[in-house]
Amino acid sequence: MSYAIALRCRRCGREYPLEPIYVCEFCFGPLEVMYNYEAIARAISKKSIGSGPLTMWRYRPLLPVESDEVVDINGGFTPLVKAKNLAKKLGLEQLYLKNDCVNPSYSFKDRNVSVAATKAKEFGFDTIACASTGNLACSVAAHAARAGLKAFVFIPADLEKGKVIGAAIYGPTLVAVKGSYDEVNRLCSEVADRYNWAFVNINIRPYYSEGSKTLAYEVAEQLGWRAPDHAIVPVASGSLFAKIWKGFHEFANLGFIERVPTRMHVAQAEGSAPIVHAYAEGSKEIRPVKPNTIARSLAIGNPADGHFVLRILKESNGSACGVTDEEVVEGMKLLAQTEGIFAETAGGVTIATLKRLVASGVIKSHELVVAYITGNGLKTQEAVEEVVKPLIIQPSLGSFEQALKKEQQGETLEAQRVPGKK
Amino acid sequence: MKKMRVEFTFPTKLIKEPIIYRLGIQFNVVTNIRRADVTEDRGWVILEIEGEEEDIEKGLAWVTEQGVGVAPAIGDVLEG
Repeated sequence: MSYAIALRCRRCGREYPLEPIYVCEFCFGPLEVMYNYEAIARAISKKSIGSGPLTMWRYRPLLPVESDEVVDINGGFTPLVKAKNLAKKLGLEQLYLKNDCVNPSYSFKDRNVSVAATKAKEFGFDTIACASTGNLACSVAAHAARAGLKAFVFIPADLEKGKVIGAAIYGPTLVAVKGSYDEVNRLCSEVADRYNWAFVNINIRPYYSEGSKTLAYEVAEQLGWRAPDHAIVPVASGSLFAKIWKGFHEFANLGFIERVPTRMHVAQAEGSAPIVHAYAEGSKEIRPVKPNTIARSLAIGNPADGHFVLRILKESNGSACGVTDEEVVEGMKLLAQTEGIFAETAGGVTIATLKRLVASGVIKSHELVVAYITGNGLKTQEAVEEVVKPLIIQPSLGSFEQALKKEQQGETLEAQRVPGKK
Repeated sequence: MKKMRVEFTFPTKLIKEPIIYRLGIQFNVVTNIRRADVTEDRGWVILEIEGEEEDIEKGLAWVTEQGVGVAPAIGDVLEG
């Protein structure tokens, strides 16, 4: 059974039945799932959560599904890693990384799509679909395969190979759209209007987006039932950011955590930072941009939930930071080389933002920090190809030792070099 | 007949132009402004456009040509 009772417009408060609809007919505000929290409080406890499955479905009463059999590829309940090396490097004492790189389709989107695919089946759809710059494409295709649903996945024609293969392997109909960013967007919105499919992030969006709340629940549970002082979240549409905030507050309202002291920080790439711009200008409106960044998973120029992100920044005394593509690559390398986590470009955005927040004093050394790492580096290998510099040798010990000597000499020279001079 | 919801974003240089009026007249479509915020230097308008599919497409192509941003009314549908 489900504890969801209605959909409600986040802008004007009008209520709607629980159907595959997503936008308020009056003000065009996004619809959000409402729950009967009194009933949820009777159905769920820290103990019942603790004895639940080691997936996102341990929080099932807080997700809007009816069916007993959910569409599940075992997403969620990913590690919360205490990042001692990176913390030391940055001068922090309590830094944790929520490592969602290790989800079954290698990104946090499995949380959303598991809910969306379950709802698609409940509503009687035989096809699920999405328009994606990668991670969502992979997750929709994987869940469709598991659920026995047909899948249509629209991607920009110039997408990274890792993401194209990562979606194609599950056997969806893959549609590569040649065209500008705006053209791809418009076409997909028209396709969604015309075909009676479960477009996970359009007509199923109110349910789909709820899956992201589990990223707050898990962090709170894994920290020993508390919310962090700071959360750094990579932001594209803003849905993940808003749902993490909602998740912490739901846990506080249910009494699972005492309070939500969390300051929420937006991490965007400078080449696609409409929320950062609005925040910096003190504006309530988001001005759309044409994205241009290597962080393709964050390359959303007109974020659907941007307005709500700005509101949360204010409520949580948070901040918004836009980092350069060079910082993104440096962030990816830093994360890999200190903690052994190979994250995609969005992870580089998060780490670069974390660095800036520490450097500017927004985050104090003793505070409890959680950085969300939402996708796997194998999908965006092109961004860090420069790291491949092997010692190339002949198959002899002599050749190896000669190369080793050369390399060590190189390192000595590097160490002797005056800083700042090349 | 087809009905579509779109968001127009106007740059400063087009703020004074009657783009929506011309869209209706030249392309024989019915426009219905549902939400808007227009200031002296920029503006956005969410509107419904009703008409023959071909007319809507031609009309939106013309609006884009003029320099107005045309996007889905609900924000980007592309996701990461």
